[in-house]
Amino acid sequence: MRRGEARPARFSLRRRLVWQFVALSALLVLALFFAVRFAAERASRASQDAVLEAAVISIGDGLRPVDEGLELDLPYATFSMLGAMGDERVFYSLSTDERLITGYENLPPPPGVPGDLSPLFWDADYRGNRLRLAAISRRVLVDTRVEEITVTLGQTRYGQAAIARDTARSSVWIGLGFFVLALPLALWAARSVIRPVDRLAGAVARRGPHDLRPVRHPAPQELLPLVAALNGFITRLRGALALAETFIFEAAHRIRTPLSLVRTEAEIALAETSDEATRQRLRRMVRAIGESSRSANQILDHAMVLYRSDQFSAAPVDFAALSASVLQSVQPIAEMREIDMRAEGLDTACLVPGDDRMIEVALRNILDNALKYSQSEGQVRISLTCREGMATLAVLDEGRGLGPGDEDLTVRFRRGSNVGDIVGSGLGLTIVNEVAAAHGGRFTLQSRAERGTCAILSLPLSDPVSSS
Amino acid sequence: MRDPVLAAVRSGLVFLMLAASAAAYEIEEERHFGPEDGREISVLSTTDLASIAPVLEDYVASHPGQRIRYEQAASVELFRAIHDEGAVFDLVMSSAMDLQMKLANDGFAASISPDTGKLPDWARWRNQLFGVGLEPVVTLASRQGLGDLPVPRTRRDLIAMLRENPARFDGRIASYDPKLSGVGYFLMSQDSQQSESFWRLAEVMGRLNARLFCCSGEMIDELRAGRVAIAYNVVASYAARFAPDDPDIVRVALEDYTLAILRSALVPTNAANPAGATDLLSYLLSEPAQRRIAASSQVALIPGTGPDPSIHLRPIRLDTGLLVYDDQLRKAGLLAEWNAAMVQP
Repeated sequence: MRRGEARPARFSLRRRLVWQFVALSALLVLALFFAVRFAAERASRASQDAVLEAAVISIGDGLRPVDEGLELDLPYATFSMLGAMGDERVFYSLSTDERLITGYENLPPPPGVPGDLSPLFWDADYRGNRLRLAAISRRVLVDTRVEEITVTLGQTRYGQAAIARDTARSSVWIGLGFFVLALPLALWAARSVIRPVDRLAGAVARRGPHDLRPVRHPAPQELLPLVAALNGFITRLRGALALAETFIFEAAHRIRTPLSLVRTEAEIALAETSDEATRQRLRRMVRAIGESSRSANQILDHAMVLYRSDQFSAAPVDFAALSASVLQSVQPIAEMREIDMRAEGLDTACLVPGDDRMIEVALRNILDNALKYSQSEGQVRISLTCREGMATLAVLDEGRGLGPGDEDLTVRFRRGSNVGDIVGSGLGLTIVNEVAAAHGGRFTLQSRAERGTCAILSLPLSDPVSSS
Repeated sequence: MRDPVLAAVRSGLVFLMLAASAAAYEIEEERHFGPEDGREISVLSTTDLASIAPVLEDYVASHPGQRIRYEQAASVELFRAIHDEGAVFDLVMSSAMDLQMKLANDGFAASISPDTGKLPDWARWRNQLFGVGLEPVVTLASRQGLGDLPVPRTRRDLIAMLRENPARFDGRIASYDPKLSGVGYFLMSQDSQQSESFWRLAEVMGRLNARLFCCSGEMIDELRAGRVAIAYNVVASYAARFAPDDPDIVRVALEDYTLAILRSALVPTNAANPAGATDLLSYLLSEPAQRRIAASSQVALIPGTGPDPSIHLRPIRLDTGLLVYDDQLRKAGLLAEWNAAMVQP
């Protein structure tokens, strides 16, 4: 059975599934990165703001009026804490509306009026740094009048940014871990999706050449239309094959019968006429008709062999008995031309698994050829040996042998270079070769050392266990 | 409180001084190391030339083609030069941690990446300020001055001893003047923060007419001359250098706590040769240089390069908390309190 290869489409279903899975995972990792980064930034910002709030309040609380003006207890620990999260830079100032009391000059002013209980937060640039600032106001009695003092505290947020970055980065590592896990998972998932398809294909591929039953293999729902289409196709194929079989036998019958009728008529006419010119003409006619019928027979044999090859079914065949019976059937022709046919090894049974009609056709063609190319009163020797797992039939004639360049005469309609006046279709050896190939055997044709040709047909023997 | 008019006059003066001369700050000493035609690394430092010279000589010997211009200045002068006067130096090294911290916080320090080896985290701030040496602050006592009194082991011992022997110690106690010396002010504020007993000590010293000095060196000179019996808060490296083998002087690391200030270095943002300065800083943090520095201060900053710090030693960390010392209002308050303790009615 010849196996036709399907033309692959530009994509593989499995690869497409895996890629989609992988692309989706990559997208998820990316989304995770941004989501975690956003959340981490918010969380660390909120906690840093809380520290900043506590710090600005504690500075404000350190402000005390004394006899000579103001006293400030600037808390060391507060500043230390502000810088702790990532070696932040810290800027502060205490000022009234019009003048700076202490700290850094020109700190960015608050966007509104800060309260005295909860500080006001804002972002601004100062000396080339992005600052997060908090401000709170305190009313203090200075030299008999109440002054409103604004305490402003700003810090850089390098540490916060670094923490958010680190958190997001570690989330990416986790994401990448999932991603790495996703790849084998995707492969596994794709394989399990594709497996029923593979199983179905395997079930169909394992079928014998005669098996044209509809596919009943369990298939997943998605594959049911495919199975239905396959079964429809199988039904049509069965119909077409049955039609071809009928056609071949119909054609054989329709061509052979009229030809033999014409031949009989021509031979009667030859017997009844005495005019030499007419007799000559009729003789040529009979010969041409013989050639045609022979060609038709061979074409039909060839078609039959091809058909049976496609539908090959092996049964045990006694190669020896079959050879003997074919030999028997060509015996009259040999006697007519006084050719001596000698056979050996045909008296012990030699079982080969095969199609008896095909083997018979092959044998007849080999023997026909041997007789055709032998001279009258020549000798044809046939020997059958069964050993080493092969049944080998050798047919040796004393004919004209092979011409130069005639190594492959098994091609359809090719004839030897030295056939001369001998008629032939050029199909005989092709048929033998097809039969040998269908049986898993071999056919060779070669010149003998002195003269003549040696044709060897080897067929594998039955399994000794099953044959005995 | 600051007077805006005064401030304006002062900044105007600074401007005039800048216009008149590039070096308005006061240089105490200057020396060059290495070949004349070498690539110059300019260093402004409070570290005594005599103590750092061997390290710098090693550097130029092992780095041919490099030349070092070393200028020594007081810590306040150094801060003013960089912060207010725009002086151009490649490496700025100082023991006044609060001022160095302020320089870095205010954006005068460039971000650099020297080879820091095993420098502990607390001895650096971001990648801008790097500790190069620990300097314990000790109390020196003269055996002759103490007479038969035992050497005090804690501040409480010291206070008790001073109180019980006013005649012996009247006018014979030395300490830093926090108004003159940046290091003195820094040590005083650290002391005031570390323990309440410091103010009692200050009161006792004030009652005994303690003498105040600008620098460790002068205190040691007075001590060796026999005019002073106790010198409180002396930077140990000076003591080691000025009186290395004086049998009369006892070096006391008080057991309640002994402060250790961190000498730190930074590369200013306007440095002409930042690469050279970074290289020099890497060398200062390398093992051979650290061994030399630890040998003079008698304690290792980087573990393994010298004697381990004792359990009483309290090194001051480099962090933003140091910024509070420079606050005008806070400083005024502290100095007023110090004055009140020193000048008894």
